[in-house]
Amino acid sequence: MKWARWALLAVALAAFPWIAGEYYINLTSQIFIAATFAASLNLLVGYGGLPSLGHASWLGLAAYLSAWMSLKLGLGHALTAPAALLGTTLVACAFGWISLRATGLGFLMITLALSQVLWGTAYRWVSVTDGDNGLRGLTRPAPFGISLDGATSFYYFALAVTVVAITLMAMFVASPFGAALRGTRDQPRRMSALGHDVWTVRWITFVYSAFWGAVSGLLFVYYNKYIHPASLSITSSAEALLGVIAGGSGTLAGPIVGAAIIMLLKNYVSAYIERWNMLMGFVFVLIVIFMPEGVVPGVRRLYLRLRKWRTG
Amino acid sequence: MSEALALSGVDALYGESHVLHEVSFTLSAGKVLALLGRNGAGKTTCMSAIIGFLPPRRGEIRLFGEPVSRLVPEAIARKGVGFVPQGRRIFPTLTVRENLIVSGRSRAGAPVPWNLERVVALFPRLKERLQQVAGSLSGGEQQMLAIGRALMGNPRVLLMDEPSEGLAPLIVAEVGRTIARLKQEGQSILLVEQNIKLALDLADEVVILNTGRVAFSGSAGEVRSDQVLITQHLGVF
Repeated sequence: MKWARWALLAVALAAFPWIAGEYYINLTSQIFIAATFAASLNLLVGYGGLPSLGHASWLGLAAYLSAWMSLKLGLGHALTAPAALLGTTLVACAFGWISLRATGLGFLMITLALSQVLWGTAYRWVSVTDGDNGLRGLTRPAPFGISLDGATSFYYFALAVTVVAITLMAMFVASPFGAALRGTRDQPRRMSALGHDVWTVRWITFVYSAFWGAVSGLLFVYYNKYIHPASLSITSSAEALLGVIAGGSGTLAGPIVGAAIIMLLKNYVSAYIERWNMLMGFVFVLIVIFMPEGVVPGVRRLYLRLRKWRTG
Repeated sequence: MSEALALSGVDALYGESHVLHEVSFTLSAGKVLALLGRNGAGKTTCMSAIIGFLPPRRGEIRLFGEPVSRLVPEAIARKGVGFVPQGRRIFPTLTVRENLIVSGRSRAGAPVPWNLERVVALFPRLKERLQQVAGSLSGGEQQMLAIGRALMGNPRVLLMDEPSEGLAPLIVAEVGRTIARLKQEGQSILLVEQNIKLALDLADEVVILNTGRVAFSGSAGEVRSDQVLITQHLGVF
């Protein structure tokens, strides 16, 4: 039964570009990117209990590094992609070391401050980042000689990366290390009495989460062929955090659903309603009122209640 | 007989309030030492000092001769101090299996090392519930999980803080049998207990604390036969 559901989902995802128009194919590719980004943030927020308001740093930094290396140094994608991931992960090692001096609100404020530093740099260091103009004129990679310029080929590329990313994040959470991480979220002192170095558990998670944020950043810059400081802004971080919370933090499907809701509101609804921001706020208020635990756990709860009611 | 855990002249303070005054006692390897006393006598504080939550202001704590009182809690745990906290304190959102594996640690020289199979063989009820979220267990099952979790770390010394608290008599008896079995296998145990009868049945040695000082130190037999001592310091029976 469970396998049938997974198979159905796989077929639907694989067949989607054949039935949908280009606009929807591109919209879905963007949902994949946002889902990977939100899922990486969920490792910290949902499983580590560490609310970050600076996660856009990793998406933006990886995108900027890759764009800068290909534009200013003339390097190919085969070099820029691993170098951007490595560079971003190294910065995350340092940022994590600083941010994890605190937890809770303190952690939130430090991650926000550090990401603002990156955002400000992207804005002001015009000779490197082209400031408010952003870095433009980028290309998409062509892995194994397959061009990703078409909507369909990019869709499959983004889908493949997203599936790998989410699978590896799910394995991380389900591993003994993931159990230890959830233990540090619930009872940090108890974990140290069991011999776990709580700080190190959190730091490894911070870096791992940033790595997948960087992967989504590469997808983002490949998709848009353009990167602007706005991607590093607090709005970008907050949007991802809202997606995680709205979808259901600490669940695997939650951030995916949350990211999809935001992407649909942002791209699809905005074509019909001018004040779509208001609608987005309204949707979040409704979610918070009716499903404070998030859409995924909320729907599951309603479904179970409905089934109970039906069976009497 | 070698010493497993020794406290000598330990002073501990919560802020400015002096809780432990020159507490000294020795737990011999393979024995059970019961730490008794009224509420507020300093038993749990003693445990906190040993596991590193409340580092002693003065004095020394040694684990098999090695000083551990200046170490952080995770280092003390890795040296081989296992802890079953008061009120169980299992991880409610983790599954039973995850609760056990998070503390899994092998230790060279452990005669029969504890692992998941041995722990569920000791507590068959946990076996049926391995995939269940630990918060849904009954109080007795949670206590077994807390003991199993501590054993998974293959401790050289096991600290148990009121393992019978709040449990039904049948379950208390089961916990008692478990402790007796661990003792039989050569596990060194420091037991804090309000259930005096259970403690005296299990213990080889007894230390009684009164307002943070050692009021008595001797064999369990001596306490059993000394009604005056019991009424004076423990106020029961």
